[in-house]
Amino acid sequence: MSVLSQIRRNDQPIYLDYQATTPMDPRVLEAMMPYFTHKFGNPHSRSHSYGWESEEGVEKARAQVAKLIGADDKEVIFTSGATESNNLAIRGVAEFYQDRKNHIVTTLTEHKCVLDTCRHLEQHGFEVTYLPVQKNGLIDLDALRAAVTDKTVVVSVMAVNNEIGVIQPLAEIGKICREKKTFFHTDAAQAAGKIALDVEAMNIDLLSISGHKIYGPKGIGALYVRRKPRVRLVPLIVGGGQERGFRSGTLPAPLCVGLGEAAEIAMNEMETEAKRLTRLQARMLKGLQDRLSEIYVNGDLEHRIPGNLNISFAYVEGESLMMGIKNLAVSSGSACTSASLEPSYVLRALGVEEELAHTSLRIGLGRFTTEHEVDTAVDELVRHVEKLRAMSPLWEMAQEGIDIKSIEWAAH
Amino acid sequence: MRAPAYLDHNATSPLRPAVLDAMVEALCAGGNPSAVHGVGRKARSLVDAARRRVAELAFCLPGDVVFTSGGTEANNLALRGAGRRRVLASAVEHDSVGKASPEAEIIRVDGEGVVDLEALERLLLQPGEPALVCVMLANNETGVVQPVGEVVRLARRAGALVHCDAVQAAGKLGVDVHGLGVDYLSLSAHKLGGPTGVGALVVCNGAPFVSDRRGGGQEANRRAGTENVAGIVGFGAAATAARSGLPVAPLRDRLEAALRSIAPGARVFGGGARRLGNTSCISMPGVKAETQVMALDLAGVCVSAGAACSSGKVQRSAVLDAMGIEPAEAATAIRVSLGWNSESGDIDRLIAAWRDLYIRAGKSDIDDARAA
Amino acid sequence: MAYSEKLIDHYENPRNIGSLDKNSEDVGTGLVGAPACGDVMKLQIRVGADGLIEDAKFKTFGCGSAIASSSLVTEWVKGKTIDEAESIKNTDIARHLALPPVKIHCSVLAEDAIKAAIADYRAKTARKDETAE
Repeated sequence: MSVLSQIRRNDQPIYLDYQATTPMDPRVLEAMMPYFTHKFGNPHSRSHSYGWESEEGVEKARAQVAKLIGADDKEVIFTSGATESNNLAIRGVAEFYQDRKNHIVTTLTEHKCVLDTCRHLEQHGFEVTYLPVQKNGLIDLDALRAAVTDKTVVVSVMAVNNEIGVIQPLAEIGKICREKKTFFHTDAAQAAGKIALDVEAMNIDLLSISGHKIYGPKGIGALYVRRKPRVRLVPLIVGGGQERGFRSGTLPAPLCVGLGEAAEIAMNEMETEAKRLTRLQARMLKGLQDRLSEIYVNGDLEHRIPGNLNISFAYVEGESLMMGIKNLAVSSGSACTSASLEPSYVLRALGVEEELAHTSLRIGLGRFTTEHEVDTAVDELVRHVEKLRAMSPLWEMAQEGIDIKSIEWAAH
Repeated sequence: MRAPAYLDHNATSPLRPAVLDAMVEALCAGGNPSAVHGVGRKARSLVDAARRRVAELAFCLPGDVVFTSGGTEANNLALRGAGRRRVLASAVEHDSVGKASPEAEIIRVDGEGVVDLEALERLLLQPGEPALVCVMLANNETGVVQPVGEVVRLARRAGALVHCDAVQAAGKLGVDVHGLGVDYLSLSAHKLGGPTGVGALVVCNGAPFVSDRRGGGQEANRRAGTENVAGIVGFGAAATAARSGLPVAPLRDRLEAALRSIAPGARVFGGGARRLGNTSCISMPGVKAETQVMALDLAGVCVSAGAACSSGKVQRSAVLDAMGIEPAEAATAIRVSLGWNSESGDIDRLIAAWRDLYIRAGKSDIDDARAA
Repeated sequence: MAYSEKLIDHYENPRNIGSLDKNSEDVGTGLVGAPACGDVMKLQIRVGADGLIEDAKFKTFGCGSAIASSSLVTEWVKGKTIDEAESIKNTDIARHLALPPVKIHCSVLAEDAIKAAIADYRAKTARKDETAE
């Protein structure tokens, strides 16, 4: 296929930012193409074959997504992305049950769109408990159990963190929520297709998925909404009543098809891909640790997706490091928040000291990362960390044995 | 088999080839526009360029354009973003306006589907808090164009804000946000030959706006969520292509003349008003729309019945209802809508298939009448 | 966020990295910023008997703009009297490097660093004068 030849990555920097977005898998694009061209109908047009074939594509995609998380087709609705899914899940459920319940439990390390939705609900009479996380980034289940009351409408805990890649104990959380009769929502944007998810076994009631984090297109996502026992939501977008009334608007058939295909590929290749990435992750970490002292991995290494490393390179400011490693596309702090470069609130929640938080990079490995790229990245990182440490006054002090904390720094 | 004649562009338009090329390039480039590295900055520049293109289509500033997931979201966003509790909406608005403001006071329309300006004035004169007035630029079912300039003039005097749903009008009529003087204007890419899944709300400088979607602060804090880069790029390319307009009115007029010569009782709804040149809402006397649509589909012609956009359900048309059309007559109306790739031959096929059906159905109708 | 060529040049080829003996009588040292804020600059000057700054060195922990700002001022102060060096304004630095608005604070920090180095030098000479009397 001619369009596939356009996917070249030779002259581009090495892409190591798979948590920000993933390149599209050529197989996904191939599946989408017919729906851009001759199968262009509006999937809601029931009066002619263009509409029908487009609808067929959408329904197949719905089944593919459902299978990835062990759900029934009917429980999956398409949205414009994980941000919308998260907004809809939390706000929708909170607003529907607000006569009876007014409390939400979430964590301090959620994605911005979950935290902002909770802040919004706080302004509208809800109480929100923001659970702290332990030093390894995982929540304390006893703290969760203690936080849930009979007024708690939903517990929202992300499956995998976007900055540090740690995996929360979903099955245990689901069990607690079921016992306490509250809904469990999980933002699985970073988890879907990377770790096994089963909404039944894990007692998940609402689950958010993003297309562009699993090698699918941007502008599409999904929300799983449990039917038994039924979860009800106030929709955010109303109109034609598409998607069981939960989400109006013409469905973008090519994007739905892309998400479905991406889900199927991810599911089929999950096991082999996880093994491959675990090897690459270890190779990168060892490469760096062998050649650099005073580097620290943020977040638990054990309970973590293999495609993520978040590392503090002490005494080297992260942004200057990023400017140096021009041939690597990585991110410092949380790149998702529109180019702001404040130190990450996730690292702060882990208790990483601010001076160390300023030195951290998020390195994302993924489907198209090669061993050669990992080695090149290690070389490039080592070279620039050494160069920047040589010009770092803090490194100099550390070498001289001066405790940086003993100095009285002027705040500014 | 020959490709069907697609005459349902108001439901969705096929992608223009130039749009697909631009999108494939963007799809392959990848990158998150919020990322600081080169790949991210490239994606950001693609989004910015598309924003300028959309702004050129609507004659607004690039900074006024808020990308959304489509026209429905844009309409929802305007109604919530304006922050006005009192809403006055025309009786022929799209469901995404009506459902988003179930308590809206309705501005009636006349028999041609044009908003009654005197009725609007009366509503605006009623004491109460300042309102948001929602009047679409052109109707999706009939193509009737509303006097939005007049609506704005009246609304301004009463301190009301104006939202205009230009989803169907853009690319078919000139859409000049500043010329119209509206505060909010909704656009959709897939009605212009762009992709589904992307649209925009134009929020004119100075118009109040409260964000509804919470998250990463994208779109200048007006609409959170990673940008649908390829979709936005496609929207930009479609907007540029659509600026040259859609000169299909002669084809549409030829169609209507032909159908009325076949069936003198065929009625063009909104025919007495100013209409989009691409749309015809026309009845076949005595033949249900579903029957027409099915027969035409078998003959390789795609049209729709009533408001097909409403998740496929064929139901009574609220638009024709509001125009005072009898339900029995409204049930015989189909919508024919032309687009950027429509040709004279498509019209010929529709005319021929419609004539065949009319002759066949005409007989059966007579038989039915006798049997009854 | 497109950076100017001058800024990138100073970042990639920083001038005058290093340290002078901070205990030396003719060396003034300025250390400004804070690790928790993500910027620390150490700027040192050596003043000759004729009152001219004959050498300047820096080390910086901070973003590319902070590194470039400090590199630039070490170039600028060399050969100047301390009064002349003291008159360097952050706006001159920001303009020369075409710093984006979010990076203006880097030029402020560089100005502070020169002032701190000069103040340190003056304090030393004042002490020396006192002991001489």
